[in-house]
Amino acid sequence: MSVNYGSQRIVVGAHYGVRDWLGQGITAGLIALFTLVVLAQVLSTAGPIGYDKWAGIFAAQWMKVLTFSIILALLFHVWVGIRNVFMDYIKPVAVRLTLQIFSIVWLVGCAGWAIQVLWRL
Amino acid sequence: MTELAKKRPEFRNIHALKDLPNYRLPAAGIVSILHRISGVIMFLLMPFIIWMFDASVSSEISFSRFKAAFNSGLWFVPGWCIKLVALVLIWAFLHHLIAGIRHLYMEVTHSLTKEFGKSSAIATLALSIGLTVVLGAKLFGLY
Repeated sequence: MSVNYGSQRIVVGAHYGVRDWLGQGITAGLIALFTLVVLAQVLSTAGPIGYDKWAGIFAAQWMKVLTFSIILALLFHVWVGIRNVFMDYIKPVAVRLTLQIFSIVWLVGCAGWAIQVLWRL
Repeated sequence: MTELAKKRPEFRNIHALKDLPNYRLPAAGIVSILHRISGVIMFLLMPFIIWMFDASVSSEISFSRFKAAFNSGLWFVPGWCIKLVALVLIWAFLHHLIAGIRHLYMEVTHSLTKEFGKSSAIATLALSIGLTVVLGAKLFGLY
């Protein structure tokens, strides 16, 4: 089991509560809205969607800005979610901390790649 | 204390192999664990998702490579295998989205009754699986 540091606090805990829960719900709502925005543009396109139309959706400046924000929202959302999974199933502190570090590297790397793709459009 | 009350099993912590297989999870519980599993699947497949985004928007050439991956395969992976992974992602996204909307709706409106939990869970499963079947049939060219 995890060792407590200070009152009730463990080093790989959630630092405690409301902000992450609320943030995850809000980012979830934003991601769902973004899905609708992309879907609406795909469905309103006449005819088969080739490269031009598909890339054109993300090439508009407002869409780039919006997609960028959503990538950051996803980064936070996934971090909270995956950390909750580790907190439920992985009890030894060393293993949990290692997995958390791996997840941060994984997520920041993925976010960087996605932003790079977006910004060279 | 009656005999019946004494015999009730007490679960301090459920064992993955001994307890889970015969643990009768209610519909809401199934939605909950699938929400978690679908989230982890999308977390692990994130490089594939970004590769699809990269290939499909970067250039005409990468776009045709993206399309070819689904038809004639990529590297040593056959096309049907890529389609299958995409189908898993479609299900994971749909389930996570619909279960997430259900979750937010319940929190915002305080719809926390046992009945609503059950009926909305069944609706979530029906909708996510139904849409996955419809989109999967399209993906594999059935219509």
